[in-house]
Amino acid sequence: MTNTEKLQQTFATALAIDINRITDELAYNSIKEWDSTAHMILVAELEATFDILLDTDDIIDMSSVAESKRILAKYDLRFD
Amino acid sequence: MILTQLLQGEPYNLQKQEKQPILLEGLNELNAWHHQNCTEYSNLLDAIGMEPPWYTKSVTETPYLTVPLFKQLELKSISEEDVFKVLHSSGTTGQTPSRIFLDRDTAALQSKTLVRIMQHWLGKPRRPMLILDHPGVIKDRQAFTARGAGIQGISFMGRNHCYALHEDMSLNLEAIIKFEQAHSHEPVLMFGFTFMVWVYFLQALQKEGIKLNFPKGFLLHSGGWKKLQDQSVDNSTFKQEAQQLLGLNAVHNFYGMVEQIGSIFVECEEGHLHTPAYADVLVREPGSWKVLNTGQTGLLQLVSLIPKSYPGHSLLTEDLGKILGEDSCPCGRAGKYFLVEGRMKRTEVRGCSDTYNVPT
Ligand SMILES: [Zn+2]
Repeated sequence: MTNTEKLQQTFATALAIDINRITDELAYNSIKEWDSTAHMILVAELEATFDILLDTDDIIDMSSVAESKRILAKYDLRFD
Repeated sequence: MILTQLLQGEPYNLQKQEKQPILLEGLNELNAWHHQNCTEYSNLLDAIGMEPPWYTKSVTETPYLTVPLFKQLELKSISEEDVFKVLHSSGTTGQTPSRIFLDRDTAALQSKTLVRIMQHWLGKPRRPMLILDHPGVIKDRQAFTARGAGIQGISFMGRNHCYALHEDMSLNLEAIIKFEQAHSHEPVLMFGFTFMVWVYFLQALQKEGIKLNFPKGFLLHSGGWKKLQDQSVDNSTFKQEAQQLLGLNAVHNFYGMVEQIGSIFVECEEGHLHTPAYADVLVREPGSWKVLNTGQTGLLQLVSLIPKSYPGHSLLTEDLGKILGEDSCPCGRAGKYFLVEGRMKRTEVRGCSDTYNVPT
């Protein structure tokens, strides 16, 4: 699995929505499934999937799927 | 937007001369926005003869609403479709709860402001977090109570979240011990509401004869002292008991309102509540509603640059308190620092609470 596929799978699991809805544009708080409660689940799942530790800045900056790729790139992860 | 710029900086480094003009500009922006987007709010500004561009010349002139208005009216400055979440104050039985309408921008600003403030106290890494409550409080995600919203907000500072209580408020000893075994020597965060922390956590641990050991722990708690004063428990008693039973040093209260979530006033090492760059406090004399000087006790008025989806940026609380100083706390943080001294009796506050207030 590529990192992008892993990321999409992680989002789909954490937010409990269909993987087809995970696009770069999907934004935090734009759908009821991605609220602050789901956000904490998402962060924990991303940490487990990619074996990283996200800090509090990362959490508040992670405002969309595209932003999450940018943030994870800081941890030497590449999304092509 | 002013708040977005302020959030780039530190919460406690703006001195008065720098802070007041920025705060005023932000409040004026919000006055204009709410005037345009909330009918009830514009009725108020019209009634006191404020005209476009709704600029006041000082923060003390900013119009303020009273908290009961949020129980009586649906105050929102966004359309129905943009309502993302509604917060409810816990409201005792028989009372109508306040309803606070949030869109995604305001909800995001609440989280961001709260995190910026707490990063100052806790650092940027998230800490293993022991929540001194039970998991049921955040069950209904679309309509949080004040308690649920508080826990949810602070949860952003944590990881490996663990609830210390069962649904019936009894200790979940198994979970607590497991948490201690895993994280005892890490910098952990514990959070709960003052009264519940005292009764259901600290008192319960004592009854069980259990002492925990978190030498790098930070206990954050929020809520008034009213119910605890009835049991003769003051801040220093609370602190000592917590330090002893939890084996930690850092115990900090914070003050804030459900009507201004994100805008919190954290207690420093000196026991003073501090205003961050994004908010401020004024003290008014009950009855005359004049702004009181440093050291004089009156009703607290809180201003915050966060509320955009509802007109809650300037509110008169029912809490009594006094400002101790500005930019001069021995802890070194800039901004006003103050104490909350209790709650005004309902009957006394009624005279002003059923109507809008006009600054004098
Ligand atoms: Zn201080």
